Amino acid sequence: MSTRYIGKRLKRNEDPKLLTGQALFTDDVHLPGMLHVAFLRSDYAHGRIKSIDTSFAKDVPGVVAIYTAEDLGDYWQPGPLLVPPPPVEGRVFHARTQVPLAKDKVRHVGEPIVMVVAESRYIAEDAIEQIFVDIEPLPAVTDLEQALAPDAPLIHEDLDSNLAAHIIQQKGNYAEAREKADVVIRRRFYYDHGVAAAMENRGIVAWWDDKAERLTVWDTTQAPVVIRNGLAAMLGLSESQVRVIAPFIGGAFGPKIMMFYPEEVLLPWASMQLHRPLKWIEDRRENFMATTHERDQIHWAEIALTKDGKILGVKDEFIHDSGAYDPYGLTVPINSQCTLLGSYDIPNYYSDMKVVFTNKMIVTPYRGAGRQHGVFVMERLLDLAAKELGMDVTEIRRINFIPPDKFPYNNEIIYQDFAPLVYDSGNYEPLLDKVLELIEYEKFIKEEQPRYRAEGRYVGIGVVSYVEGTGIGPYEGARVQVETTGKVNVATGVGTQGQGHFTSFVQVVAEHLGVDPKDIYLVTGDTDIFHWGTGTFASRGMVVAGNAIHSAAERVKEKILHMASEELEAPVEDLVLEGGFVKDKRHPESFIALKDLAVRANPLRGAVKADAEPGLESTAYFGPERGATAFGAHAMIVEVDPETFDVKILRYVAGHDCGVVVNPLIVDGQVRGGVAQGIGNAFYEKIVYDADGQLLTASFMDYLIPTSMEVPHIELVHTETPSPLNPMGVKGVGEAGAIPVAPLFVQAVENALADYDLEILEAPLSPNRLFELVQEARAES
Amino acid sequence: MSQRIPITLRVNGVTYQREVEPRLLLSDFIRHDLGLTGTHVGCEHGVCGACTILFDGQPVRSCLLFAVQADGHNILTIEGLAPDPDHLHPIQEAFQDAHALQCGFCTPGFVMTLKPFLEENPDPSDEEIREAISGNLCRCTGYDHIVDAVHIAAAKMKEASS
Repeated sequence: MSTRYIGKRLKRNEDPKLLTGQALFTDDVHLPGMLHVAFLRSDYAHGRIKSIDTSFAKDVPGVVAIYTAEDLGDYWQPGPLLVPPPPVEGRVFHARTQVPLAKDKVRHVGEPIVMVVAESRYIAEDAIEQIFVDIEPLPAVTDLEQALAPDAPLIHEDLDSNLAAHIIQQKGNYAEAREKADVVIRRRFYYDHGVAAAMENRGIVAWWDDKAERLTVWDTTQAPVVIRNGLAAMLGLSESQVRVIAPFIGGAFGPKIMMFYPEEVLLPWASMQLHRPLKWIEDRRENFMATTHERDQIHWAEIALTKDGKILGVKDEFIHDSGAYDPYGLTVPINSQCTLLGSYDIPNYYSDMKVVFTNKMIVTPYRGAGRQHGVFVMERLLDLAAKELGMDVTEIRRINFIPPDKFPYNNEIIYQDFAPLVYDSGNYEPLLDKVLELIEYEKFIKEEQPRYRAEGRYVGIGVVSYVEGTGIGPYEGARVQVETTGKVNVATGVGTQGQGHFTSFVQVVAEHLGVDPKDIYLVTGDTDIFHWGTGTFASRGMVVAGNAIHSAAERVKEKILHMASEELEAPVEDLVLEGGFVKDKRHPESFIALKDLAVRANPLRGAVKADAEPGLESTAYFGPERGATAFGAHAMIVEVDPETFDVKILRYVAGHDCGVVVNPLIVDGQVRGGVAQGIGNAFYEKIVYDADGQLLTASFMDYLIPTSMEVPHIELVHTETPSPLNPMGVKGVGEAGAIPVAPLFVQAVENALADYDLEILEAPLSPNRLFELVQEARAES
Repeated sequence: MSQRIPITLRVNGVTYQREVEPRLLLSDFIRHDLGLTGTHVGCEHGVCGACTILFDGQPVRSCLLFAVQADGHNILTIEGLAPDPDHLHPIQEAFQDAHALQCGFCTPGFVMTLKPFLEENPDPSDEEIREAISGNLCRCTGYDHIVDAVHIAAAKMKEASS
């Protein structure tokens, strides 16, 4: 199919604003009479609040109000459970959700206890220094295995243990498969904590306008519609009295869709109490301790194979760390459980997952959202099996790939969207071949690596593959309207955090209506403009909102053609939309501008036909029956310094397939950015809590985000396997790049250090940790 | 904390006279007192580089300075970089050409870091570019597209000056 705009590397419409400092971010909102908020947060991971004395703070000049949990009265309620547990038989699930301000007990460092409102942020922080909170410390639970020990301190004392959930999912019969196996490999794997660290911290501006009786909230959220509906319900307002705007957002990557953060609940309420606008902007230290985290899982996993390397089955028992509360349900561990199966034809699977409460920040999805944990376990098991069987790492993957004629492929378990985990489409081998060709795998193994070894250099290669379930429901909507100026308005409910929606969504509309993208004006994330939707998460923007836009644009096109056919007295088949006009292919002198049609569709005298809607406008919704499965294969070559154990990435090739690509420039950026975060997660970034639950990494000097010196040039290859589940054939791409990097990095490092016969079963690594592992390997040999 | 110090400084060619608390950060002064919100604050401890401005032509982190320290100095922020509202600076153009920004939050800091770099080093290598931007954190792009943009900007600036 030839396209005009879809598939083109269009430069982004939003860039000039962002490049000149004119884009509005939440902290840029300034309102007359605005007050500023700061929070006193718990220094203890676990403890009982004995007393709170705010009397001195109230006397600080410029302090307007101070609130504790007691002051909130009936407004103090635990937050909603965002995602209920999936309908799996025999499930155990205990919902214990976060509270606006800690009452009686604190459960993690950074939990808010007191809210201070003052004339400036500086004064609010001064006042916090004058508040005295007496906390009786309790023993903290930080270790996943110890969390389930019979004598472990209870984080939620109304429960019998720290178990938050227990779910078993299975396919086939693993025990029988194991009986037939030639080789069984079992190991313990550990994947530690990380954070999203978007460059913009969270923030909220809330303004209750007494005269208009309306609440306006600017929020760094990924889900403005859901925030609006929730705030209206909590505050006893009509939904139409609440407007939530998610303006430009400085990166989100998942944690900005946690709902509700305490601050999100408190500022609107306090603005209504004080009749003034309020602003709270998170600082980086708060971001580390009070924006949700991800990761921390322990797996005991087992793979059963034939002597030829065919997988007969996989068994996995794992513990997932939920942090102090579990408002996001089981999305992250279910992703781990499902994504472990990867690109492979695995006939038998048994997975037992336990989720535990610990005295750490709440865990919710962060780019990859638990998928990388599953991929780490599966890819490592295959590497171990390849070694045991004397096979090449690429060969064992190749022979276990789901063949292209087996799609749709049913994994027979339930995914995070509660739909069966059925892969819609895929063709894995051609992409792997392209990746191997670009990185010159054969040549590296046969020629280059021996040469490096002869020079005494530790250079190794890794190759992994993965799938990503993207674009899940429930739905998104969009409205497309051709104005009487000829310009086109598009509105959708999802927020935008850098994905390029102002360009890629516009391309979809331009494709249908033949209008210059510069004449298309898109609004996302403003509930006054469009008030239906779910949010930007799970690599679903283009799949779900994109297809809603596609469908709305298609309907507008039908209206245009129908009207133009009457105006031009030509059959619809002869008409084309081009450059803002409808033209008759057979009679070049016969055409009409869209803006003139728009005027006629909205007559000031006379009427539109009885059954017709006025305007060249349509609203449409799209809800996929289940997610579209994207996939990829990545390869890298690393060099390890045998003295410092620093690792330098010499080459990185990312192969990816996200179905039909709307804007290749944007997709390249998404994949590369994902890989950079994956590199951080593999070797540089680690959230460290000590045994008392104290957060030791609360600055960018302790938590290391990769810079331009650590992230190499990332070479890309693509294939396109369209999804049959949506009209555009697209799959999501947002998270893909980040998912396979840790197992890839570990495989390449092991390969580089083949002399040491290392077996690395954990992520992230670091030079220190790698040094320790090599020392342990030396001691054993 | 009510003590206020008078300061006079030039920002983007405009002279401002203000009275500020001694503890007021320069980044907060620029953003909230002057309303120039294009300078972003990402960490407030001098690591991320989002708040980079030019201070007498040199890139500095405005979160590590107090407003009183800018008394008598000349500051350029992202709002003052483009020659006029209808034209972008070549670095800004190149960032758009190469898709060197996604969320755009860190971008003003990168652009301000790069202006003096490219003026001093009109034809940089990949390694020099990576070194030059290594004090600015970007969480979205993976840096590749930024490196591309710097090459494009260098070419544009050379063309403009020849």
